Amino acid sequence: MNNGKKSRFLFTVTCFGLAFLYIPMLMLIVYSFNYSKLVPVWGGFSTRWYGVLFESEEVWRAVTLSLKIATVNACFATILGTLAGLALVRFGQFKGRTLFSGMITAPLVMPEVITGLSLLLLFITLKEFIGWPDKRGFTTITIAHITFSMAYVAVIIQSRLAGMAQDLEEAAQDLGAKPFRVLTDITLPLIAPGMLAGWLLSFTLSLDDLIIASFVSGPGAVTLPMLIYSRVRLGLRPDINALATIIILVVAIGVLLAAWIMLRQQKQRQLELQMSGED
Amino acid sequence: MPDPSQYTDRPWMDSDAEPFIKVQSVSKQFGSFTAVDNVDLDIYKGELFSLLGGSGCGKTTLLRMLAGFETPSSGNIFIDGVNMNDVPPYERPVNMMFQSYALFPHMTVENNVAYGLKREGFGKIEIKQRVDDMLAMVELTQFSKRKPHQLSGGQKQRVALARALVKSPKVLLLDEPLAALDKRLREQTQFELMNIQEQLGVTFVVVTHDQEEAMTLSTRIAVMDTGRFMQIGTPTEIYEFPESRLVANFIGNANMFQGRIIENGPDHVVVQSKQPECEIYIDHGLEIQEGHKVWVALRPEKIKISKQAPDEARANQVKGVVHDIAYLGKISIYRVKIDDDTLIEVTSPNLSRPKDGNLAIDWEDEVYLSWEASSSVVLSK
Repeated sequence: MNNGKKSRFLFTVTCFGLAFLYIPMLMLIVYSFNYSKLVPVWGGFSTRWYGVLFESEEVWRAVTLSLKIATVNACFATILGTLAGLALVRFGQFKGRTLFSGMITAPLVMPEVITGLSLLLLFITLKEFIGWPDKRGFTTITIAHITFSMAYVAVIIQSRLAGMAQDLEEAAQDLGAKPFRVLTDITLPLIAPGMLAGWLLSFTLSLDDLIIASFVSGPGAVTLPMLIYSRVRLGLRPDINALATIIILVVAIGVLLAAWIMLRQQKQRQLELQMSGED
Repeated sequence: MPDPSQYTDRPWMDSDAEPFIKVQSVSKQFGSFTAVDNVDLDIYKGELFSLLGGSGCGKTTLLRMLAGFETPSSGNIFIDGVNMNDVPPYERPVNMMFQSYALFPHMTVENNVAYGLKREGFGKIEIKQRVDDMLAMVELTQFSKRKPHQLSGGQKQRVALARALVKSPKVLLLDEPLAALDKRLREQTQFELMNIQEQLGVTFVVVTHDQEEAMTLSTRIAVMDTGRFMQIGTPTEIYEFPESRLVANFIGNANMFQGRIIENGPDHVVVQSKQPECEIYIDHGLEIQEGHKVWVALRPEKIKISKQAPDEARANQVKGVVHDIAYLGKISIYRVKIDDDTLIEVTSPNLSRPKDGNLAIDWEDEVYLSWEASSSVVLSK
């Protein structure tokens, strides 16, 4: 009796929660198929704005730039972040370790405005003294993104390594592997899932970033978030709705794919566990 | 002239034998904590040597120094005549079997075992041959394509052993090799380990906290406590002739009587014990002055328990009441109350079956305990 009441209450709360999260996105998707140029006025179903979107060279340039920055950023951030994580966990108590560990996590808590501003100052000063970077754009945005993305990677790798017993690496050494061999044969394969997670996170962070990119970007270099923001500032536009819908679709596919792979791995593991139990 | 071959089983008795592993006044400090405190140790070729002690006694640190994962704070370690202080782990002629087994989770059983050989740069065919031989020896041939998480505990243990032995190391270091196995499997594996060791002639150094394991496996045992060796000797020496109370208590059980030497002859000693009130006659002389305070250790299985009073001698006997009985099937453990503060533990084989449901010796029975003049050990430490 009481139970029935409770479950109805839970059901209602869940519905409200989900509605709060997903109705705005749903509206966005619905309005992207609106024929009318005025966003709030329904003018019938149409894919007109998708056509407009695909014809716009400006949008394509922004998408390409954002993807390029995100990819390069993710690769560099993963390499640097992994090195930092390794240094923090596997190199014992070197001098300045506490300082290093504090510095590496600082970008995680630093307000983006400050990070962006300080990086802009750095690039301007550099140009003054060594003439590089002569033009702000792809390079400067990528560098800026790497500085904060690698902090996230370092944290992920650090926790992965800390949870991994050191005796695997010692066993490899004991069997005759020199330190670099141990790294490539044992450590890296074991932290690979962490590195992949770090890569994906860096990629997403970079695609998502508006504030830092706005600070360190120059004329002509417009990333996707910058483009969306600048267009929406002049009023809601149906072609941006279409663009957002596509992004939502891509993200949804990505999440579903990841969930499916994880589920399959879990099942596989359970099966293997049962197999070993039978012997 | 002594025949040199008489020492082949006991190389530590041969003063001419060159130790294979030589630990020379080695200490290891971690900050202000001294894990290993100025120890010396000689281990000979083909020995199965155990480092035995409770947790934190320094046995694992010593083993890790042999493997090269820790460097001594002072002192030298020689293996086969070479000073190991500046030799990194990957160049030492030793292999280690880890307590956690440390199998590489992303490699198959076969690749785990082959890893060491690959690093040495052997050819594909030879690697395959040696890995197959090794897997056959530990009876894991049909599991060669499995990953470690698909194996049971006993199988993992055997993979770890195969991986550590496949490079034919001069010394195999084993860190608590059997601790993760259940009792039945442990007993079985103990004998397998001994067979393999005899078959390959590799020197084994085993770290363990399990005294039974050390007794079964070892040619010699070093009992460790707070970073020092308390005693080094064969299992029999350590069990029958412990040098200190700590060793006597750590290896098996012992009843301890505190007393004073009242008579010290060339061929016998008499100790007057206060608790329980009795005289203990021991059939060999000692280098301890009369009147000295000593401890006498008496193993539970060396005491005879009987309801009949022994006829003659006053020494080496006490009278008490059975306080507790633990029936273990082949033996029973009796705890006999001598006076208000003294309980003596006696183990006795169950030679006859109980008649009409009555035990031969029952609770609250009055019993006499007695022992031979050669049974007790005098300890001054």
